[in-house]
Amino acid sequence: MSKYSMHLLVCGGTSCKSQESDILAEKLKKELSKQGLDETVQVIMTGCFGFCDKGPIVKVMPDNIFYTQVKPEDAEVIVEEHVVKGKSVERLLYKDSKRKGLNKKQLRIALRNCGVIDPELIDEYLARDGYQALGEVLANQTPEETIELMKASGLRGRGGAGFPAGLKWDFARKNKSDQKYVVCNADEGDPGAFMDRSILEGDPHSVLEAMAIVGHCIGADMGYIYIRAEYPLAIERLKIAIGQARNYGLLGKDILGSGFNFDIDLKYGAGAFVCGEETALIHSMEGERGEPTLKPPFPAESGYMGKPTNVNNVETLANVPVIILKGADWFSSIGTETSRGTKVFALAGKINNVGLIEVPMGTTLREVIFEIGGGIKDGKKFKAVQTGGPSGGCLTEKHLDTPIDYENLVANGSMMGSGGMIVMDEDDCMVSIARFYLDFTVEESCGKCSPCRIGNKRLHELLERICEGKGEESDLLRLRNLGEVIKDTSLCGLGQSSPNPVLSTMDNFNDEYVSHVHDKKCPSGVCTDLLEYFIVEENCIGCTACARACPVGAIAGERKEPHLINPDTCIKCGACMDKCKFEAVILK
Amino acid sequence: MEKIKSLTDLKRIRDEKQSGLQTREKGELAENLVQVKVAMATCGIASGAKETMEFMMSALEKRGVDALVTQTGCMGYCYAEPTIEVTLPGEEAVVFGGVTHDKADEIIEKYIKDGELVDGIIPVNYEIIDNKE
Repeated sequence: MSKYSMHLLVCGGTSCKSQESDILAEKLKKELSKQGLDETVQVIMTGCFGFCDKGPIVKVMPDNIFYTQVKPEDAEVIVEEHVVKGKSVERLLYKDSKRKGLNKKQLRIALRNCGVIDPELIDEYLARDGYQALGEVLANQTPEETIELMKASGLRGRGGAGFPAGLKWDFARKNKSDQKYVVCNADEGDPGAFMDRSILEGDPHSVLEAMAIVGHCIGADMGYIYIRAEYPLAIERLKIAIGQARNYGLLGKDILGSGFNFDIDLKYGAGAFVCGEETALIHSMEGERGEPTLKPPFPAESGYMGKPTNVNNVETLANVPVIILKGADWFSSIGTETSRGTKVFALAGKINNVGLIEVPMGTTLREVIFEIGGGIKDGKKFKAVQTGGPSGGCLTEKHLDTPIDYENLVANGSMMGSGGMIVMDEDDCMVSIARFYLDFTVEESCGKCSPCRIGNKRLHELLERICEGKGEESDLLRLRNLGEVIKDTSLCGLGQSSPNPVLSTMDNFNDEYVSHVHDKKCPSGVCTDLLEYFIVEENCIGCTACARACPVGAIAGERKEPHLINPDTCIKCGACMDKCKFEAVILK
Repeated sequence: MEKIKSLTDLKRIRDEKQSGLQTREKGELAENLVQVKVAMATCGIASGAKETMEFMMSALEKRGVDALVTQTGCMGYCYAEPTIEVTLPGEEAVVFGGVTHDKADEIIEKYIKDGELVDGIIPVNYEIIDNKE
């Protein structure tokens, strides 16, 4: 087959490249041809190994040897020692006594089948032990035993608040009723979050199986998946999956000869953020307005159609079948004391490896951002990471080594949320970020309670004023007071958490707020109202192009002499900057 | 489709399908075939995974390579979509990122036909739990 007997894989991820891995690859090729080995050994650039702090990485195949922190100068020794003499280079060898190969930071439990099976073929799911957990529960466990197992596993809700799943099921089980329901919350609404969509698109059966297990535990024979209509592919694959499961008799009457009946149907949401809140979700399912109601009564007492209802998020459910098959002890051995298992995160923003990742709880933000995520784009400086979506907060440099779990995130002014992680760099203005999230909550507030409806609107106006340079110092105090009041007095989770982005950025980036209000400057250069156009004297050759482009005649200057912008007349349209070919016009 | 009536049935079918994962419509053991999986979640499709998949299917057929091209869910490498995983008979699976037409062509000509690696490999940076107890 291959004419090559050996491959040297050089990491071409952004972080390794910035440490000259591309030069290293060239030097390796040169050294190989010097030895006359370029016909038998091939050098290949790969994507990121997710191990950037040890970069640049070289992997030798088929020997499966990893070299770390390899410099271009090391090319010679690798070729001479390893390739020619077959001896590994001790000095550069990656050492981890526990494992062979690189210590992988990611562990896929909820995503175990995503990217492995064809989601439209139930047989592939069955081959990966699909529906075995349901079979096990129906044949060999009482509902109480299954619930105890879930409690012991320590699985907590992955949708945001982190309520223990087993306990939730227990409440729904204990409420007596002629009819109960299982609901899967697939109304994933955080900006930048796509964990649940990926699970439904890649492994729909795991969610169906888990819902049937919940049904058996709480005594329900009907389940609904509340999914937003903006997820057409997930909907299509769910429909295919439900059809296939029915055909096999894994949904429907007398499942696996146990006498247990369970079926699943879909309910579509119109994409309102507040409908991710379980009471609002239930009202929306009933055809009512998607507005939350005060708890208690909890859905476990009175939910869909007034009947006991158990609502779990997609990712929570995706964990269930494995926990039943592998046991509570196995699951609780992963993660931290209070947060067991893994969490899926959608990594987005100014990060090199935008992607869907799953890490054990307790992994630090630094590992997620700088190793798995490959660091910040374009070698810029890390500024903050927003977790928990519009309900969460911004974490900064000083939080990078905090192990991620429910409690730690809350203690640091953010929250787990559903798992969106948006990374920001030095070019992002934190006041604008806070305004962006407020934009979202103002838009998505259902309007039922006044703190959220009016309070957030006022909060947004204050931020708008600050970004426009019209803020006063008293506005900062007003922001904080108003934020606290909204948090304390809103009806549901949306309002109670909506000021978080404002409060957490005020806590961590107070100096940015102060410079917006006091100095009328935006340190990151984002808020255009606070910026002024300048002409850099050294770069200006006096071509007059800018002066001719200026619609308000704000630019003056003689031909072949540096020009000047009059800030009082300038309307900040940017026409001068577009016209200038010498990068003489800048925003400051 | 026949209904599955008991846990014993389910286990038997699982064992069948486990070997069945290997045997597909061609009646041939898949481990003797070149297997190509294309990540086809919304993000992949938006980046052109559908076109990549169609191209792989028709190009492999035209060039007489006995291959099995299937779709799968998100592999997690959004920054490198479209992503495909290629398993040559008897070899470990290799993931390639940014698989446009040109890249797909190169992968077929170099890797699939000659076993020669090409740039753009994505090192798999996660472990998947095995389902077994």
